[in-house]
Amino acid sequence: MAVLEVSGLCKSFGETLAVDGLGFSVGEGETYGLLGPNGAGKTTAISMIAGVLGRDGGEVRVGGQRHHPAGRRTKAMIGYVPQEPALYPDLTGRRNLRFFARLHGLAREEAGRRAAEVLELVGLTGRGDDLVGTYSGGMARRLNIAAGLLNRPRLLILDEPTAGVDPQSRNAIFDAVRRLTADGVAVLYTTHYMEEAERLCDRVGILDGGRMRAEGTRRELVALVGERDQVTLRAEGDLGAAVRALAAIAEAGEVSEREDGVELLVRDARAVLPRILAAVTGTGASVGSVEVREPDLEAVFLHLTGRALRD
Amino acid sequence: MRTMMIILAKDLWLRSRDSTLLVYAVVLPLGLAFMFNLVLGGGGGDRLGARYGVADQDRGPAATRFVTGVLRPMAAQGLITLHAVTSREEGRSRTERGELDAVFVIPEGFSAAVGAGRATTLEVVGDVDAPIAVQVAREAAQAYATELRSLRLASPDGTARDLPPAPLTLVDDASAVTRQLDTTTYHAAGMAVFFLFFAVMFGATGILDERSAGTLARLLAAPVSRHAILAGKLLGGVVAAVAGMAILVVASTLLLGARWGDPLGVAALVVAGVLAVTGLTGAVAAFSRTSEEASNRLSGLAMVLGLFGGALFPVAQLGGFAAVASLTPHHWFLRGLADLAGGGSAGEVLVPVAVLLCFAVLGGALATVRIGRLMRV
Ligand SMILES: Nc1ncnc2c1ncn2[C@@H]1O[C@H](COP(=O)(O)OP(=O)(O)O)[C@@H](O)[C@H]1O
Ligand SMILES: [Mg+2]
Repeated sequence: MAVLEVSGLCKSFGETLAVDGLGFSVGEGETYGLLGPNGAGKTTAISMIAGVLGRDGGEVRVGGQRHHPAGRRTKAMIGYVPQEPALYPDLTGRRNLRFFARLHGLAREEAGRRAAEVLELVGLTGRGDDLVGTYSGGMARRLNIAAGLLNRPRLLILDEPTAGVDPQSRNAIFDAVRRLTADGVAVLYTTHYMEEAERLCDRVGILDGGRMRAEGTRRELVALVGERDQVTLRAEGDLGAAVRALAAIAEAGEVSEREDGVELLVRDARAVLPRILAAVTGTGASVGSVEVREPDLEAVFLHLTGRALRD
Repeated sequence: MRTMMIILAKDLWLRSRDSTLLVYAVVLPLGLAFMFNLVLGGGGGDRLGARYGVADQDRGPAATRFVTGVLRPMAAQGLITLHAVTSREEGRSRTERGELDAVFVIPEGFSAAVGAGRATTLEVVGDVDAPIAVQVAREAAQAYATELRSLRLASPDGTARDLPPAPLTLVDDASAVTRQLDTTTYHAAGMAVFFLFFAVMFGATGILDERSAGTLARLLAAPVSRHAILAGKLLGGVVAAVAGMAILVVASTLLLGARWGDPLGVAALVVAGVLAVTGLTGAVAAFSRTSEEASNRLSGLAMVLGLFGGALFPVAQLGGFAAVASLTPHHWFLRGLADLAGGGSAGEVLVPVAVLLCFAVLGGALATVRIGRLMRV
């Protein structure tokens, strides 16, 4: 069941059309990535979905209910993690969490308990009683995420949570997201890092200039633009025979002979790989190594927009 | 309501961590009131043992009632000593020589005028070197004047006019040089209401601070109403400022000998005054883009309103200013206090309190109308 359904979402700032008819949905336990360069409209879209920014048009449904910017019932289902850590530096981490938990309607003791739980979840238990002003950037970002989990949301909205964090914090964030989706939480995740979208997200929407250019699983997106996997085999023996044998495989596209082996383009290399190996070894050649390079979202973005994802 | 209290508790906790508020709400006003007091006169302590003369040229029932009902009890308590004086002239020369601190002149026909409901005068001739004693004399006369509604106090230039708001101007008759009678209470109250803006301000500018810090987005994402957020933020300023005022009233009474009057009336004025200023700060914040912009505007406004409202010096006597003054909450706050200092009960501050609440409602309404602008991320 879709936890979040968005359709026709629009927002302009003066002349700038920041979000232009955006529509997508995120299911239970699914991680949906909004991938796009800076200024694509990710934050604007997410702010409208979280209900902190009014929208010019469109509809948002959360848990099947219409979500108004002032709708408290739907807001209670959403955990929102803004792009920049939104915390009080002069309060301790724990006090920050308790405050936001209380704001979400938790009773005093429950707020304290929940604060401790989410601190544990993001690995900050040891620093919970220090002022947030003394935290490193990565720690502040982890606490920022923790604050979005206080109300046990069905939909967690994360706006570029890893921008500028150290690898350790980044992994901690990824782990936390995976644990949440395992529990059925729907995650909406924005990023301009292609690797992140590929690693973490079940489905990706490619956003540019406020519009959805394409969406789907990584495979679907790649297939959409006709990109194929590149398979490189290092082999010794009769390479000419190997090339002919490979060309006979129906799925194989261009096959070429290289100095130390053969190279071919093929759809869904992983599925075909056993047959590729069989064909080459069948000619008597010996295979030293196999390398499969799948086309990435970077290539898809380039294909769709004619521009690189990162400037 | 719950949201409001949660935000309030958070803000007060944060406030309690830094001393700015204490400085603005208590230390600065108290310190400045003390300094003005030193420089411009005032000071407590000489209230006991004031020497008053009475030139009773009327000898009617209304005059006797004033002497026996108002002055004799004060003498009986040991607060004053009372001396008979034959004429206004004698009274003036004795105050000039410093033999008496103040002389009440009750003119001939006083009782008859009071009885007939006609206007009459009760004059206080004071010694400029004993401002407190003269002020007490004034207040005694004023208390009696309040009782007799048709009574007029003699003004310095001798014409009868309505009771002017305190602080009052007295004339040293011999030299005819005008000198302000600045009272400790006036200084404390003036400074308190002047600095009220700075004490209250953080509530409203705090909204803009939360906006630039990004935490406003988090407040808005929570299942709470924007009005509750606005109210909670503003309430922080209200509570802090009322607490500061309470400390100030007590401290100035104990340390400087200020006399604020009926506690209930003072409390009503303080709360109404704080709400009025809160409304104004909310309105200004709603029309500002950043906290700095709002702070600058509010500082300017505090200055202008303080000046015209008579918080820095008593402009009420400057004629034309009086009309402008009534457009400021400061004026109404001080006027209410003056009514109380004149011996009035809490009921007499109804008008100033009502006017102050109008400021609060107007400002609050403006902020609410602009809530969309104020609460945008
Ligand atoms: N408050 C705002 N006022 C004016 N323009 C804005 C505002 N917020 C965003 N924009 C513009 O809208 C577009 C999308 O911005 P944003 O949603 O922040 O992109 P992203 O998060 O993908 O980097 C940009 O062109 C940005 O300049
Ligand atoms: Mg952004």
